[in-house]
Amino acid sequence: MSNSMRTPLGKVRGLGSARDGAGHFIAQRVSAVALVFLVPWFLVSLLCATRGDDTAARFANAEAWLSHPFNAILVLLAVCGTIYHMRLGLQVVIEDYITGHTMRIALLILNTFASYGLIAAAVFSVLKVAVA
Amino acid sequence: MVQLTLPKNSKIKTGKTWSAPEGSSSGPLRTFRVYRFDPDNGENPRWDTYNVDTSKFGPMILDALIYIKNEVDPTLAFRRSCREGVCGSCAMNIGGRNTIACTKGVDEFKGAITISPLPHQPVIKDLVPDLSQFYAQHAYVAPYLQTTTPEPQKEWKQTPQDREKLDGLYECIMCASCSTSCPSYWWNGDKYLGPAALLQAYRWLIDSRDEATGDRLDDLEDPFKLYRCHTIMNCAQVCPKGLNPAEAIASIKTMMVERRV
Repeated sequence: MSNSMRTPLGKVRGLGSARDGAGHFIAQRVSAVALVFLVPWFLVSLLCATRGDDTAARFANAEAWLSHPFNAILVLLAVCGTIYHMRLGLQVVIEDYITGHTMRIALLILNTFASYGLIAAAVFSVLKVAVA
Repeated sequence: MVQLTLPKNSKIKTGKTWSAPEGSSSGPLRTFRVYRFDPDNGENPRWDTYNVDTSKFGPMILDALIYIKNEVDPTLAFRRSCREGVCGSCAMNIGGRNTIACTKGVDEFKGAITISPLPHQPVIKDLVPDLSQFYAQHAYVAPYLQTTTPEPQKEWKQTPQDREKLDGLYECIMCASCSTSCPSYWWNGDKYLGPAALLQAYRWLIDSRDEATGDRLDDLEDPFKLYRCHTIMNCAQVCPKGLNPAEAIASIKTMMVERRV
């Protein structure tokens, strides 16, 4: 049914407030605060850990670095936190710029699947090195 | 996707040029390029150019528009009322920035002055946009005192400190310059309430006399109605009254967090 005869107030009220959004807002900022510490540590630590005379030495150093429980836990937090934060941000981008309802829902689902897929891959990869 | 180009029937063409009559000028000439659109003739909008003698009218852009309408081209349509920055009627895009024509000086611009209606709103005619949705969004935030306590015999009391919290909020003249300068409002104006309505929402949220704060926050907590604000700050840059709607929206978001933690 066309909405063209609806009053402006009827259109603005629409389906009402979703009573949601503050959780997303908090999650985005809390994850950002965590990443302020985690990402610099990750980059510096990774650069330090991958030094060596040749490729084999560098690989061995990196493996040893990631096998340390402290490093493995922080790497997981940094990588998963980044992906989580990216998912929240991409969700906002999709909501902002994709106007078609079907396309918007499809991309939001894809964003969720891709993010959880990346998180699963990251967890598996780190554990494979750290626990093996 | 969002619409990044104008639809075919909205593309702006070059229109007429109105020159000042030869020998009649006693002051310097200024050029005004004005957006013209008439829904009745089925034609695309156009830029009309008016070369006018600045000695014939007052110092403000609105003075120039009134002169053009009275003396050059009576078909030009625009809204105006108070001509002193109080009513908000003459809001339009001047020199690429939303503002009100009555407080904007002609001498603040160099070269040709471009004047078009407030962006991303349906145009009724020339510089007159359809602001029905904008006003409905204002109505949505219930911009009036809501109380349950029986009304006192004299008045609702407020400390001077609490009254001060309304400064920078109550002065809004609802000209729509802020909302129509906001990209989030351009893309999702049907769902996002926009900076003007949210500034008014905060004006009532922070009012110590109001008893409906929780209900007001309930009605605002929505990914689109409130959280489309990404602090782009165009609203604060263009507000002709020098208000900061982005700050008010940030305060609403803070209240949303406060009631959870």
